[in-house]
Amino acid sequence: MEYFIQQLINGLTLGGMYALIALGYTMVYGVIQLINFAHGEFFAAGGYIGAIVLAYFAGVGYMESHPIICLTASFMIAMAYCAYLAIGVEKIAYKPLRKQSRLSALLSALGMSIFLSNGMMLTQGVYDAIYPSELFQGRFDFGMISVSYLQVTIVTLTAALLVGLNILVFKTKIGMAMRATAQDKTMSALVAISSNRIISLTFAIGAGLAASAGIMYGLYYGSVKYDMGFVPGIKAFAAAVLGGIGNITGAMLGGLIIGMVEIFGAGYISGEYKDVFAFIILIAVLYFKPTGIMGENIDDTRV
Amino acid sequence: MTQPILELKNIHSGYGSIKALKGVSIRVMPGEVVAIIGANGAGKSTTLMTICGIIAAEQGEVWYDGRMINKVSPEKLPTLGLCQVPEGRRIFPRLSVEENLILGAFYRNDTEAIAKDIQHAYEMFPILGERCNQEGGTLSGGEQQMLAIARALMTKPKVLLLDEPSLGLAPIIVQQIFDIIERINKEDGTTILLVEQNANLALQAAARGYVMETGEISLEDDADALLNNPKIREAYLGE
Repeated sequence: MEYFIQQLINGLTLGGMYALIALGYTMVYGVIQLINFAHGEFFAAGGYIGAIVLAYFAGVGYMESHPIICLTASFMIAMAYCAYLAIGVEKIAYKPLRKQSRLSALLSALGMSIFLSNGMMLTQGVYDAIYPSELFQGRFDFGMISVSYLQVTIVTLTAALLVGLNILVFKTKIGMAMRATAQDKTMSALVAISSNRIISLTFAIGAGLAASAGIMYGLYYGSVKYDMGFVPGIKAFAAAVLGGIGNITGAMLGGLIIGMVEIFGAGYISGEYKDVFAFIILIAVLYFKPTGIMGENIDDTRV
Repeated sequence: MTQPILELKNIHSGYGSIKALKGVSIRVMPGEVVAIIGANGAGKSTTLMTICGIIAAEQGEVWYDGRMINKVSPEKLPTLGLCQVPEGRRIFPRLSVEENLILGAFYRNDTEAIAKDIQHAYEMFPILGERCNQEGGTLSGGEQQMLAIARALMTKPKVLLLDEPSLGLAPIIVQQIFDIIERINKEDGTTILLVEQNANLALQAAARGYVMETGEISLEDDADALLNNPKIREAYLGE
């Protein structure tokens, strides 16, 4: 039982990260029907920016005295950086292709992914960038179950971001405009909504969330690497498909499920296969219910 | 002499190689109700979409309120008071009735006035008030048309373009919709350019009318004169 609960907490931590990444896939798909294969790179870039910012603070000795401020700053800088990066990527690689076939943009996304990942390799090197390990060292112990402060921080932060996104999308006027743009761009223009601005905003939000997940990943696993966006990116994509691509609630749910399945699969079946479970789910969903859990039908279910 | 509030000068436009409009000229004076009638595929909807900049004019000029608007981006036009209720109403199907209305006022920041205008819309269309939390896609055709008009009014239009407001609606609902259109014109002084296949209805509501055939204006006259024109009666009024 203790083992089960322990795994549940680990699954929640990992699943939350997948959910944060999956949201970017699903929101972008909702608005422009593109699978942004470069999305995993925003996750990696966020991880790097976080590492650089934290290393700087550690270097000037600010980290021990003000860990919370350092961490907050690293999140804000990484999220803002990746938001602007994503806006730029959209303008350069996708916007000129918006009137072309969907395949063109998809190929452009793959190219962008390779470009960004290699860009990170060239500028940051091929070796792991280490995260400072002195953050959140303590643990809560409940008998056999042990939860690190770090896990609590990650889960809390993830929950806050997910709630914040829900409020933005479902309760504010700009969120309404996002949903309207996903449903009918021509009509949105007729009520003075600029689809270009909404598309930029969607990319920015998606990339910001992925960047936050990148830092969490770095904190959790201790380091980041230039190619780290690939596997979590595809798993998060599987999560988005599982939830119903284009559906925000679905992406959150899908992320949690993929995280749980991975942790429980590794814990109870075999750690060797931990990367396989997400893909089994992806294939099963595509085979049996391509619209996913929350999806109604492919063309109709958007943001 | 007053200037037209909306004027099309020799407009050509289309979809790729298909030329839908071949030199269309239309003038609408402030406060007028003008109808464009014509058969399916004559280019009526294309005309409205070209005015709104959704389809780019290949040739010719669109003038609105003293300025040429060919190069103005479509999402800017509602903020200038030019608004369209498109064919098929195009309600945002998974947004609630109220959210649809709020988005009509997307560019406006006067929160209190917006809330007041929403109340006003519910007074004008009580059924929308009853269904304010329902998703737009679940409304009936008539209710959707009412919502589409109410949403357009939220933009505070000076000129309202209406594309086939009667399409697919029961006669009693159509009458209701046209009463509302008349009210909008009389009470708010909103200029209306109306596109209809139902020529009889449109010409009764309008002061002037244009007849459109295969992308060109074939006739232009007072609505009464068109209603009494034997050719029009034969071609469009089913006699």
